[in-house]
Amino acid sequence: MASHETPFNPSLMNDEEPTRRDVILIAAGGFAAVGAAAVLWPLLDQMNPDASALSLATTEVDISHVEAGQAITVMWRGKPIFIRHRTDQEIAKAKDTPLDDLPDRLARNANLPDDAPAADANRAAKDREPWLVMIGICTHLGCIPKGQAVGDYKGEFGGWFCPCHGSQYDTAGRIRKGPAPQNLAIPPYNFASDTKIKIG
Amino acid sequence: MAHPSSYQPGSRFESWLDARLPVVRVMYDQFMVFPTPRNLNYWWTFGGILTFMLGVQIATGIVLAMHYVPTSDGAFNSVEHIMRDVNWGWLLRYTHAVGASMFFLAAYIHTFRGLYYGSYKAPREVLWILGVLILMLMIATAFMGYSLVWGQMSFWAVTVITNLFSSLDAVIPGLGTKLVEWIWGGFAVGGPTLNRLYSLHYLFPFLIAGVVVLHIWALHIPGNNNPTGIDVKTTRDVVPFHPYYTIKDGFALVAFIVLFAAMVFYAPNLLGHPDNYIPANPLQTPPHIVPEWYFLPFYAILRAIPNKLLGVIALMSSITILFFVPWLDTSKVRSTRYRPIYKWFFWAFVVTCIVLGYLGAQPPEGWYLVFGRIFTVYYFAFFLLVMPAVGLIERPRALPGSITESVLGPEAAGQTVASRSVPNPPAPARKREEVL
Repeated sequence: MASHETPFNPSLMNDEEPTRRDVILIAAGGFAAVGAAAVLWPLLDQMNPDASALSLATTEVDISHVEAGQAITVMWRGKPIFIRHRTDQEIAKAKDTPLDDLPDRLARNANLPDDAPAADANRAAKDREPWLVMIGICTHLGCIPKGQAVGDYKGEFGGWFCPCHGSQYDTAGRIRKGPAPQNLAIPPYNFASDTKIKIG
Repeated sequence: MAHPSSYQPGSRFESWLDARLPVVRVMYDQFMVFPTPRNLNYWWTFGGILTFMLGVQIATGIVLAMHYVPTSDGAFNSVEHIMRDVNWGWLLRYTHAVGASMFFLAAYIHTFRGLYYGSYKAPREVLWILGVLILMLMIATAFMGYSLVWGQMSFWAVTVITNLFSSLDAVIPGLGTKLVEWIWGGFAVGGPTLNRLYSLHYLFPFLIAGVVVLHIWALHIPGNNNPTGIDVKTTRDVVPFHPYYTIKDGFALVAFIVLFAAMVFYAPNLLGHPDNYIPANPLQTPPHIVPEWYFLPFYAILRAIPNKLLGVIALMSSITILFFVPWLDTSKVRSTRYRPIYKWFFWAFVVTCIVLGYLGAQPPEGWYLVFGRIFTVYYFAFFLLVMPAVGLIERPRALPGSITESVLGPEAAGQTVASRSVPNPPAPARKREEVL
């Protein structure tokens, strides 16, 4: 370390700009910053979902035993998927709801464009109106809403009720009341046959 | 640091060491003869208690880690293995679990003491900010530790709290989801999440210990505040830390340990939730998710707001607002003891925190929600309206002439050194006048 007695050396304090020293300083600092960022990235990216998590991408589900009014829950990518076979009243109720009554007017359907409106037709399975396939995770803070089992309280709108913070979803899985900001998300899926759904 | 060193090496080895690493000198100056206001009451003993609790948590945590398995299949069973099979495992785990509650109890008392006596005001702003930082690190550490049990409450607490970050989707679509999946290491809370929370739960107490060192350093520059809030003026206002406060802190610590031990041995699960003895099940949310008691007021604030993003912002603000307290309070008087109007608002704030704690444990519906909103408004109004406004309009009561006068009365304080009835501060502390 330089002490107070170090003689002042004018050659180190050149007033003319830019000097060779400035260029070296900025270049060295710049390279060090790029290097640090490059080293930091693996340390951060290692936390992202790994190859084994990504490989669990698709699930096939047999729905032949699910009668109207019943629902089943299956796992896909570690998330519960709600598959509900809706009754005629439930479908009618969902269809009769004007879009203006919905807090979230987007379908949130991975099989449709992002801006598709949240009409029941865009929520239910394509050409298979009774079937509703959704990720069963409340869009508020990730709880599993009640409403899958026959005896569950299904909320004021007859769909699902989240016990954590009181969000209520209707029979098309659309948010109607409570703190959740979005409709229940619909995963990418298709009907492999009349009785089989392939999710993912 | 703030007072000149009076350390005299007692042996040739001490002299030799002092010239190379003056660690004994620092310990002597800062923890033996450190000039400390003579009027500190028992609310000042919680700093020492907190240091002890940090030590307890680190010691019990390190040995628990020797038996714990951080996998989604093994975690819950390894905790039960600790409880049933490991020698003294029940004692170690209950001490660690109850210890977290006792740690927060002491931290909250310590924080309210700082608020009441104006310990955040100049020149102790950095001291206060470091304290708030420690509180935030404690909150993160406790949350991660609770998750490791991997019971139903653990699992769903992690789910709910990590999902707070997904509220960023309302700012930049997709950002929140991406961030949450990065935190999870998957598409839902699972084994990878547990493993990283374990890694960080082991790291954070040492970060806390580091900030505690800075916190004590920042304390020893201006010295302690005191119940009158007035500055130390003469050497008669102070006593050396040892033996006066080592004994006082020690006595309070023993009393605190009696309560701690009573909880560990007679009511270890009193503050826990029975649902956490059910193994984590990602397909079933418990009917009623509640956090540990020390998070309940914040949880009530989160739920009081019907909008997800704004709820998260309110939750974060309820803690980060503490950082700004030194500048929100406009009063020229530190101690609430001399603030006739502010006093009422302060106690209303204490009651608010307790009521929010009660409401945080209730289901978010009906009157609970209404009261949750009312008290949330007061929580923030206390900082944003009361602190700036009351300081401007209030006429404080007369302050005592000195710390000594507040203890002995004006006559005694005016007496000469020779006729004093209390022990003389020893030589090192007398230097204080010159420093000030």
